Amino acid sequence: MTAPVSIRNATKTFGDFTALDDVSLEIAAGEFIVLLGPSGCGKTTLLSLLGGFLSPTSGTIEIDGKDMGDVAPAKRPTTTMFQDYALFPHMTLRDNVAFGLKMRKVGKAERHAKAEELLDMVGLKTSANKKPHELSGGQRQRVALARALAVEPDVLLLDEPLGALDLKLRRQMQDELKAIQKRVGTTFVHVTHDQEEAMAIADRIVVMNAGKIEDVGSPENIYMQPKTLFSASFMGEVNFIPGTLESATETTLTIKTALGSVELPAFDHAGFTPDSQVTLAIRPEHFRASTGTGPRVTLGKAKVEDGSFFGTHHRAHLSPLDYPGMTITAHMPQSAIIEPGAWVELTLDPASIVLLPGHPPHPIQESAAS
Amino acid sequence: MISSRFSKLLSWSYLIALYGFIFLPVAVLVLFSFQDGRLPVPPFNGATLKWYGEVFADSRLMSALGNSLMVALGSATVACVLGFCAAYGLARFVLPASRLQRGLLIAPMTVSYLIIALGLLTTFNWVGVSLSLWTVGIGHVVINLPLCFAIIYASMGDHQKNIERAARDLGAAEWQVMTQVSAPMLMPSILAAFFLAVTFSWDEFIIAFLLSRFDVTLPVEIWSMLRSGLNPKTNAVGSVVFLVSVALLLILELIVFRRTAKK
Repeated sequence: MTAPVSIRNATKTFGDFTALDDVSLEIAAGEFIVLLGPSGCGKTTLLSLLGGFLSPTSGTIEIDGKDMGDVAPAKRPTTTMFQDYALFPHMTLRDNVAFGLKMRKVGKAERHAKAEELLDMVGLKTSANKKPHELSGGQRQRVALARALAVEPDVLLLDEPLGALDLKLRRQMQDELKAIQKRVGTTFVHVTHDQEEAMAIADRIVVMNAGKIEDVGSPENIYMQPKTLFSASFMGEVNFIPGTLESATETTLTIKTALGSVELPAFDHAGFTPDSQVTLAIRPEHFRASTGTGPRVTLGKAKVEDGSFFGTHHRAHLSPLDYPGMTITAHMPQSAIIEPGAWVELTLDPASIVLLPGHPPHPIQESAAS
Repeated sequence: MISSRFSKLLSWSYLIALYGFIFLPVAVLVLFSFQDGRLPVPPFNGATLKWYGEVFADSRLMSALGNSLMVALGSATVACVLGFCAAYGLARFVLPASRLQRGLLIAPMTVSYLIIALGLLTTFNWVGVSLSLWTVGIGHVVINLPLCFAIIYASMGDHQKNIERAARDLGAAEWQVMTQVSAPMLMPSILAAFFLAVTFSWDEFIIAFLLSRFDVTLPVEIWSMLRSGLNPKTNAVGSVVFLVSVALLLILELIVFRRTAKK
């Protein structure tokens, strides 16, 4: 089963602290939504509002078009997968998974059959008679998933479910979660602070910060075309180059920065007025060799400070000629030879540069380490 | 070298003296319950099981033993149920003056059994309840409830709170959460509270003495036997009481603590 979710102007305050500040979000039926943000950004609060463990100070929450205002957690078409699994320690896996059905007065034979079917789905069919303490962390997490899905909720809420697992297991569980979500078609709302996890599983990512939604979109959109400085920096490594918008014509925006003037095509950067503060956001992997086809812009020369090999690429720190105090991080090809002290050209495809409003809190990244 | 041997000797003698102090009276009691003679005093004349035979043939002692078991099991059950409910309420919900309520629940532990018995006696007289095994049972619930509450309350942690939240999330009503999730999860501590309460009720004399009339519990029956003087039969029945207490503690140790260790 599946249903759309609609959050309208939800605000939640705890005393003087505003955990969630006028948040609105529409989630389509069957969508895999990831709420992403640092701790304290309000993502878990939003999830608790959906599950009914907290009620909003103001605003409404609708699931399948029905207002959830006065509906207790037990009566909502949602179930939750908790970070610490919260399995019933005294019950077998079969009874754990069948618990929700038992509460819905489903007969014993039927609920046990359903429980075994779900345990089979998560690969634990042969362990149905075991108790939770006999399982590993990843297996417990699978049981928690089976238990939450057994009652066929419209919406499954996942509260950092992979947070307690080691990295390798976490990547594996991400793939499984995504596959299971596609199979059952239930709306998943998943909370995490790991942007790689978010990109791996989400249909849409909701980036949150300080109780507000910063950005909403597909993983590609959020990574390549972030809407705010926070969103750009939270989704991965990025270079911020602050500047001022000098002029804007129909076709071209000219931005003055410490590394000289940069001209960008205007089509995607509408709405900026001259003299406003702007920032160029550049992912490390977007620097290009200066010899090549396609449009190019340059930020001048830069000296290689150091480099390290990451398998798929070299990660190098560069200091620009025009502003040696700034450190630029760039990914260079696997085959490149990184020589500290060498000079390279900072060349880019203008389409890969994202223009964002405002300046970062620390305008120039000082080269502290090198 | 010498001083280390001396201190070793000293600590061993201290240990022996300590355990002797605790267990010698019981050992003497048990030893002279086997006395082949009329007086449970040295010298020891040889072993016989005659006095145990007399104990088990004594219908008054046997009915007192039955009464004691009934009161102990009944009052411990009631004390555990009430203690669990109180602990669940105070640990899981925000209640007015919860610190004060916790204090009030535990407070009877500090009051002497004599005072509790006098208070209950006065109350029963005033309300017009006649004394019976029921009133003894009520008295034992009064003294064991604080104990049961404290043991069960101490074992309710935040981890279980999340598990209860999961049960509610899956559609369980509050009473279902309590009976199907919380109580089974806390069973080790509930059983610990239960067996301790049974032991305390089994051994208790003052309340049982003051709040009973025709049907009495075993300690009260033993006391009336003692009024006609010492004889090996009193030792034998005392040994039986002691044996049952030890058995209860062993059950507690084996069932409860082994279960907790496994988890």
